[in-house]
Amino acid sequence: MSKHHVTTTLNGNAVEFLCDTQQTLLEVLRDELHHTGTKEGCGTGDCGACSVTVDGRLVCSCLVLGVEAQGKSIQTIEGMAQGTSLHPLQRKFLEHAALQCGVCTPGILIAARALLARNPDPSEEEVRFWLAGNLCRCTGYNKIIEAVLDAAHEMRGS
Amino acid sequence: MDAKVIKQEGQTLKIVGTSPVRPDGTPKVTGLARYGADFALPGMLWGAILRSPHAHARIRAIDTSKARALPGVKAVITAEDFPEQKFEFVGPERVAVNFWHMTRNVMAREKVLYEGHAVAAVAATSKAIAEEALRLIEVDYEPLPHVIDVDAAMQPDAPLLFEDMITRGIDPPPGKPSNIAKRIEFNIGDLDAGFAAADEIVEMSFKTAPVHQGYIEPHACLARFDSNGQGELWSASQGHFVVRAFTARLLNMNIGDVLVHPAEIGGGFGGKTVIYVEPLAAALSRKSGHPVKIMMSREDVFKATGPTSGSSMTVRIGVKKDGTLVAADGVFKFQAGAFPGSPVMNATMCGFAPYDIPNVRSVGYDVVSNRPKSAAYRAPGSPISAFAVESVMDAVAARIGMDPLKFRLLNACKTGTPTVWGPKHAHDGYAETIKAVLAHPAYAAPLGKNQGRGVASGFWFNNGGESSATVHVNEDGTVVVATGSMDIGGSRASMAIMAAETLGIEYDDVRAIVADTASIGYTHVTGGSRVTFATGIAVVEACKKVIVELCARAAMIWKLEPGEVVWENGCAKPAGAAAGKFEPMPLKAVAAKRALTGGPIGAEASVNAGGAAPGFATELCDVEVDPETGSVKILRFVVAQDVGRAIHRSYVEGQLEGGVVQGIGWALNEAYIYDDAGHLLNAGFLDYRIPVASDLPMIETVLVEVPNPNHPYGVKGAGEVNIVPAMAAVANAINNAISRRLTDLPMSPPKVLAAIHSGRKG
Ligand code: FES
Ligand code: FES
Repeated sequence: MSKHHVTTTLNGNAVEFLCDTQQTLLEVLRDELHHTGTKEGCGTGDCGACSVTVDGRLVCSCLVLGVEAQGKSIQTIEGMAQGTSLHPLQRKFLEHAALQCGVCTPGILIAARALLARNPDPSEEEVRFWLAGNLCRCTGYNKIIEAVLDAAHEMRGS
Repeated sequence: MDAKVIKQEGQTLKIVGTSPVRPDGTPKVTGLARYGADFALPGMLWGAILRSPHAHARIRAIDTSKARALPGVKAVITAEDFPEQKFEFVGPERVAVNFWHMTRNVMAREKVLYEGHAVAAVAATSKAIAEEALRLIEVDYEPLPHVIDVDAAMQPDAPLLFEDMITRGIDPPPGKPSNIAKRIEFNIGDLDAGFAAADEIVEMSFKTAPVHQGYIEPHACLARFDSNGQGELWSASQGHFVVRAFTARLLNMNIGDVLVHPAEIGGGFGGKTVIYVEPLAAALSRKSGHPVKIMMSREDVFKATGPTSGSSMTVRIGVKKDGTLVAADGVFKFQAGAFPGSPVMNATMCGFAPYDIPNVRSVGYDVVSNRPKSAAYRAPGSPISAFAVESVMDAVAARIGMDPLKFRLLNACKTGTPTVWGPKHAHDGYAETIKAVLAHPAYAAPLGKNQGRGVASGFWFNNGGESSATVHVNEDGTVVVATGSMDIGGSRASMAIMAAETLGIEYDDVRAIVADTASIGYTHVTGGSRVTFATGIAVVEACKKVIVELCARAAMIWKLEPGEVVWENGCAKPAGAAAGKFEPMPLKAVAAKRALTGGPIGAEASVNAGGAAPGFATELCDVEVDPETGSVKILRFVVAQDVGRAIHRSYVEGQLEGGVVQGIGWALNEAYIYDDAGHLLNAGFLDYRIPVASDLPMIETVLVEVPNPNHPYGVKGAGEVNIVPAMAAVANAINNAISRRLTDLPMSPPKVLAAIHSGRKG
C-alpha cells in the first residue's frame, strides 16, 4: 500500500511528509518529522501529553491522523519560544518549578497557551478545569497552576 | 581533609534553601529534552512484545516460524533466548532480588502468570510489521485456574502459581506448597501482657487495592548491541547502573560490556527501578544486528509493570485512659503479584514506627497471585500499613476522647525510642511535624455541613548507599558536577546548589549533569529518598577534595606551604603565619593558572553513605462528602514533613505536593479492577483515574527542618514519606464528616454511599 503525501505547516514552516493511513499525527511528528517534544503518555486521548494545536484548536495529536494535517497549521512545543526568547509561560514554568520530570510539560504549555489565547484573565478554577485533560503525576499541580496564573498576569501587562 | 570549608550549623547558607531555576529546565520547556522514547539510530528496528491473554496458563509450545518468515521481520525471541538463572535471593532481605524470578517476569517460561505477561518479542523494520508479526506467533496455552485476591490466594485449595513454593520464614517449614512466599514477624515486649493492661482496645480490618505509580512516560528504550558482545542502551530508568547490572545478568554478559546512557526520565516513583523492555530490546538487537527500540503502550504499562501491592490487614491497638499506648498488633497480607517480593517487610517495620509502644507484634505475609509483579512505589509498603494503623489510631483517640494530634504527640517516638526491628530511633523530627500541624491555622478553621477533618502521620526510613560524583574546575572558573544519579525531580539543581555553596561560588557558575555508566562510578538508583542525601555527600566530598587542591595551587603561586592557605568564600586565603600577606585569590584566578601549577583541577568521590535519617510527616485533610452521590471533595490539605533541610526549596515543596496528590488518588479513585477471567478491565487513564487539576485544592506545605547531623547540609530526604499518611488522613476526614469509617480503598462514591446508608457508625 502506498503512502500518503501530505503538505502542511509546522510551527510556521512549510513541511511535507509521507505517512501510512493509520499513522497518527503524534507518530508523524515524532517518527517522521523528528519533533519529539510532543510526548506520548497514553495514545488514547486520556493524558494530554501529546497536545498540539491544529489551526489554533487544541487537540490530542494521538487522536488525529497524520493525513488530517493536510493544508493545516500545526503548532507544537518546538515552536513556542521565539528563537532564544522563551514564551512567558515557559519562563514562568521554570521560575515556579512547575515541572519535575517534565514529560507532561510540553502538552501542558501548549494547552495553557490555548487557554490564555481565549481567556487572558482566568481564575484559578478556570485554569484547573481547562488543564483537567492534562495529567501530571509528579507535581500535584500547585506550581503549574501558579505558573499559568503568573504568566497570564504578566502577559496582560498588569 | 579541611572540615572548616563546610558550613556548620549557625553559619549562614547563601544558596542552600533558595529556589534557582534548574540547569536542565530550558530543554524541558522547549521540547528538546530527550526521554527514553526520543532516541533513534540509523537503521533502527521497532520492537514489539506478544503478551499473554490468560491470567494463568501453561505454555505448551510457541511457534514463531510464520512470524520469522514475514518480510521485514529481523528477529524473534522467546524465553529460550535468555539463559536460565540460579534460584537464590540476593541482597538484603528488604530489597532482595531473585534472578530466576526476574528472567521469568521479563519473558514467561513454563507458564504465563498474569494477563499481559510477555511471551515473545519481535523486531521489524516498521511498527506495523512488528505488530503484524505478533499476530503470526502461535502459542499453545493450557489455561489454568487463577487467583487474584490476596485472601483467596492464601486459602489451602487456591490455584498455585508455583507448584513447589514453600513459605519462607516459618520454622519448621510447612509440608505443603502454597502461594505464601514468606512470613515475617517482629516483636518487642509482651503482647498479651500489654493488651491485658489496656483500658481500651480497638481492632479493625482493612483492604487496599493495588495502585499503579502512574508515571506519564511509558517504559521505553533503544538498544544497540553488537555481535561482538558489547552494547549500549538509552533508557529512562531510576538507575542506569541497575539497568546495566540486571540487563547484563539476564543476557549473560559482562557488566563492563554494557553501556547505559541516562535518558531523561518521565516519572518513576519506584516503578522504574526494575527492568522490563531493556533486556528484550538488547536481545533483539544482538540477534538482528540492528538497533532496536521498544516503547510500551499505556495498556502494557498497566498490565505488565509493577503496581504496588493490594493488601488485607488487621490492626489492634491498646491504650490507657490517659492516652498512653501499651500494645499494638498488626497482621499485614500483601499481594506480591506473580512473583514474590511485595514491600510487606517495610510495611511491618514502618506501621508502628512513629510511636513509642512497649509491646508490639507485627506480622507480614508476602503472597503471590495472578497479577503483574509489584514494584516499588513511593515509600514502598509504608503507606499501606499506615492506612490501617493511622485509621485505628484515629478511632482510639475518639474512644478515649483525646484530640487525635495530641494523642499522637503524647506517644510520638524520639531519639532513643525502640523500634520493632531492633535498633532505637536515632533522630527526632516526628513530634515537630505534629506540632507544625497543631499550630497551623487550618487545624482550628471552622467546618461546614457534610464536611470533616482528619489527621494522620507516617514514617519512612530514607536511604543512603552508594553514590559517585565528579567535580571539575574549568579554565574559566566555572565548574562541572557530574553524578550517577538519574534526575527525576530536579536533583541536578540540588547538586549544583550544594557544589556552589561548598565551593563558595555562584550557582550559575556550576553546571550539573548526569553521567553515563562508563563515565562515573557506580551509583545506586534514584529511590528511597537517597539522592540529595547520598549523592549530595559525594558531591560535597568531591568539592572538598577540589578545595584542598585549589589551596595547594594557590600556595604554589604564592610560594607558601599548602598548610598556610585556607578556603573562604570562594577564595584561597593565606592563613596562620602568612595571614594577610596576599589578597584572597578567587577560584577563577586559581583556575586560570591551572596549567602552570600542575594541570587540570578535579576530583571524584565515591561513597557508601550511612547515617541516613528517617522522614516523618503529619497531614491534615478537610473533605466534603456529597450525601446524594457519595463523592468526596478534598477541600484543604496540609502536609508537614521533616526534610532535615531543604536544598532547593521549591523542588522539596513539589515533592510534598506531588506525594500528597498521589495519596489522594490512592484514597479515592485508583484501583485495579479485574473480571472473573482475571483480565484487567481498566488498563488506561480513562478508567484508572489519577487525580486531575480540577479535583484538587492547592496543597499547603510546611517544611519542618530538623537537620540530619550526618549530612553536610542536614539533608534527610524529601521524596517519599509525604504519601504515607495521606490515605488515612482522607479516611479519617470522611469518618469525621459522616460518622462512618471506611476500611476498604479506594473510598469511591459507591462505597461511601453504601457506608452512609449502612447505618454503621465509625
Ligand atoms: S498521548 Fe495523546 S492524550 Fe495521551
Ligand atoms: S512533571 Fe512529571 S508528569 Fe508532570
